[in-house]
Amino acid sequence: MSGFDLRKQAPNAAVWLILLSMPLWIDAVGGYTQLGTQVVVMGLAAMSLNFLLGYTGVLSFGHAAYFGLGAYGVGMTIRYLVPSTGLGLLVGTGVGALAAAIIGPMIVRLRGVYFAMVTIAFAQVFYFIAFRWNSVTGGDDGLTNWTREPINFGFATLHIEKDPVTFYYFVLAIFAVAVALMALLLQSPFGRTLIAIRENERRTRFLGINVNFHIWMSWVISCTFMALSGSLYALLNNFVDPRTLYWTQSGVFVIMCVLGGMRSFWGPLVGAAIYVVLQDYLSSATPNWMSFIGLVFVVAVLFFPRGVLGIFRRKSTE
Amino acid sequence: MSFLKIENVTKHFGSLVAVDGVSMSVEKGECRAVIGPNGAGKTTFFNLITGMLDLTKGRVLLEDHDLAGIKPSARVRMGMARTFQITEIFPDLTVRENIQIPVEIAAGLHLAPRVPKARRAELRARIDQLMEEGGLTRIAGRYAGELSHGDQRACEIMMALALNPRLLLLDEPTAGMGDDETHAIARLIRRIHREQNLTIVLIEHDMRVVFNLADKITVLAEGRPLAEGTPSEITANAKVQAAYLGGSA
Repeated sequence: MSGFDLRKQAPNAAVWLILLSMPLWIDAVGGYTQLGTQVVVMGLAAMSLNFLLGYTGVLSFGHAAYFGLGAYGVGMTIRYLVPSTGLGLLVGTGVGALAAAIIGPMIVRLRGVYFAMVTIAFAQVFYFIAFRWNSVTGGDDGLTNWTREPINFGFATLHIEKDPVTFYYFVLAIFAVAVALMALLLQSPFGRTLIAIRENERRTRFLGINVNFHIWMSWVISCTFMALSGSLYALLNNFVDPRTLYWTQSGVFVIMCVLGGMRSFWGPLVGAAIYVVLQDYLSSATPNWMSFIGLVFVVAVLFFPRGVLGIFRRKSTE
Repeated sequence: MSFLKIENVTKHFGSLVAVDGVSMSVEKGECRAVIGPNGAGKTTFFNLITGMLDLTKGRVLLEDHDLAGIKPSARVRMGMARTFQITEIFPDLTVRENIQIPVEIAAGLHLAPRVPKARRAELRARIDQLMEEGGLTRIAGRYAGELSHGDQRACEIMMALALNPRLLLLDEPTAGMGDDETHAIARLIRRIHREQNLTIVLIEHDMRVVFNLADKITVLAEGRPLAEGTPSEITANAKVQAAYLGGSA
């Protein structure tokens, strides 16, 4: 119950070791730093979705909406309002959180496929707004003519705009805070109530829990971190286009969770790493890269029904 | 004032009348059994009390407080805990976690981002105590879904008790169990009833269990109240014998 448990901490140590040392070896294995940054950003997105999907048992097929809102939030802030990366991140995350908080009450009564369908519908609304509103969002061409700005702390300035390694560690620091917050929440009594809803909604209701309210909370938390990752994604590319809001992007996040393992905390990060690296590698080799990813997905689901990290399911003890 | 008062409760499903004008008064500390042949409307009756179904007619009062319009989860918070005919537990969590969750809810921590340090020892002791009482200590680390039917049922009853209920509703607590398991569950219920003076309403098929546990029995048949009385009164009742044994009334 207490103290340092090596067997429990070993996976965490391994993940942080790999992430912290990434810029040192990624070139040697045929990658590049921006690819590592993309893995971290997409990993955060998948882990955010998994807060709802894996730990509350609610399938959203529209999380790209909040990813995209975060992305447009930061891009439009820097382009139209203030050239400040920090403020942009706050606006992007805040806009996503606000949209989720408002949409939440309309959908938390729904379950299963119905919930998934309505989340897609809301996401498509945002997609079409971004797609059509040319004068503000840049429409199909995306939002350009802005870049991430250096961050001035007063005593020092962080030049994330030039050096990819600096930007990688900037993203990793935000990732660390977000992931630590999610881990804390999941290990709290509140988190256990969410897991209880996943396990048996009727039992949880008859333990006196207002299930819809708890699902709303989980939804807002999940979408807030999703918006944060979307903001980081926009900063990584210095660009946003409507495809970040499109429903297939939502599907990609679900694929990452399933691929890596929804019942495992780090699973979605592993799923994101597999997806991002495969996409990078395959898309330069063939225009039909999507069908190869589909094949990998099918094989993974057949052989690892609980995801790649699902093979490390904790054993029950006597 | 009765602790739980049910007045003329009626439920229609379309043209089917599942429960038809049932009234019942349960005193504080009483163990009441509701019995009746299959299809008598017992579970529907339970679902009306707990708010899972809306009443067509009638009233349900807990300590003279009308429960109309109060959601099931709010009724639980008022002190009304229940178990189900088909055991409802958290299969992929350990037995300990199954007990821990309601203990934390009862402590008002279900929205808390952490357990306050000052309360950790208290909550741990409470979990240990509940597992001990339910005979679950030896299987604390097992997944609840892997347990025998009897152990799962004991787990579910202890989860309900973890909420510190004032009224415990048990829907067929020994359904589908062998003699040994039935005996163990009946013993557990009797102990809870006696030691904590808890008010219990239970639906039961096994007549040995009913006559062993219940202070009073309500008999339902085809959704209507057939008889009410002490176990010996019910045994002597000709109408009940007819309903159960098919004899002439």
